[in-house]
Amino acid sequence: MSLERVLFYLLSAIVLGSALFVASSKNLVRSVFIFFITLFALAGLYVLCLADFVAITQIVIYVGGILVLILFAFMLSGRETLGVLEQTNNRLFNIKKLPALLLAALFFIVLVNILFKADIDKTPWIQNAILNKSLAVNDGTAINNLGVNFMTTYLLPFEVISIVLMIALIGAAHLSRRESAE
Amino acid sequence: MITITDFLIVSAALFCVGLYMVLSKRNAIQILIGIELMLNAAILNLVAFGKYDRLANAGQSFALFAIVLAAATTAVALAIILNVYRRYKTIDPSQINQLKDE
Repeated sequence: MSLERVLFYLLSAIVLGSALFVASSKNLVRSVFIFFITLFALAGLYVLCLADFVAITQIVIYVGGILVLILFAFMLSGRETLGVLEQTNNRLFNIKKLPALLLAALFFIVLVNILFKADIDKTPWIQNAILNKSLAVNDGTAINNLGVNFMTTYLLPFEVISIVLMIALIGAAHLSRRESAE
Repeated sequence: MITITDFLIVSAALFCVGLYMVLSKRNAIQILIGIELMLNAAILNLVAFGKYDRLANAGQSFALFAIVLAAATTAVALAIILNVYRRYKTIDPSQINQLKDE
């Protein structure tokens, strides 16, 4: 078994284990901090896909931005956020969660079934990509190529998304201000 | 050599954990974390497919777009959650059941 496979199994075990912990934890703060680990391990999986720039962006935006934002919102909304959690009974298995668990598990079975039926590794375009040597390689030019593509092929989505981001941030700042004018 | 199916199975499992969180949690912030997990599963799919597209880089580009959109979504969603908390003094979505002003 190559080192790459060992790393893949290790990282996906960390991702899924910490995600399950986030889903099952009763303590909101603890689950947010475990979510950090999920995101870091996901960045590792992106590196295994030879997408190093996406991995760095994942760490900078998700870990540095979104999680800090979630922690801020949690701390600004005060102790009552925790109160919601403490009202629920502390039994390990809650019968109210059974439908959600069932739905998620069945959906997972359906997805895996479809993945094995589709057999994506054998699809023509993947085979073509392997034949035409358009598989990503680790030669240090990937980020260069990505930047050139951003400024040429994907220029319109790039500009649109910057405007969307600005509108969303102004909207968020407008929504979260104190209503003193009323 | 890790095949693309391996990545897709990890991503499907991550998506289902997120789905479970969205369906079962009684706290808006935890539901938001569930949505983030589902978005991350989608981004993992994009990146895994992007490995087979070295020249056009479509997978990685749209993974970056999805990350930026997730940031925008989170900012707006947290602003809405803060407003809801200020008005109703709870962020349990099942207890927020009226639209009119007090």
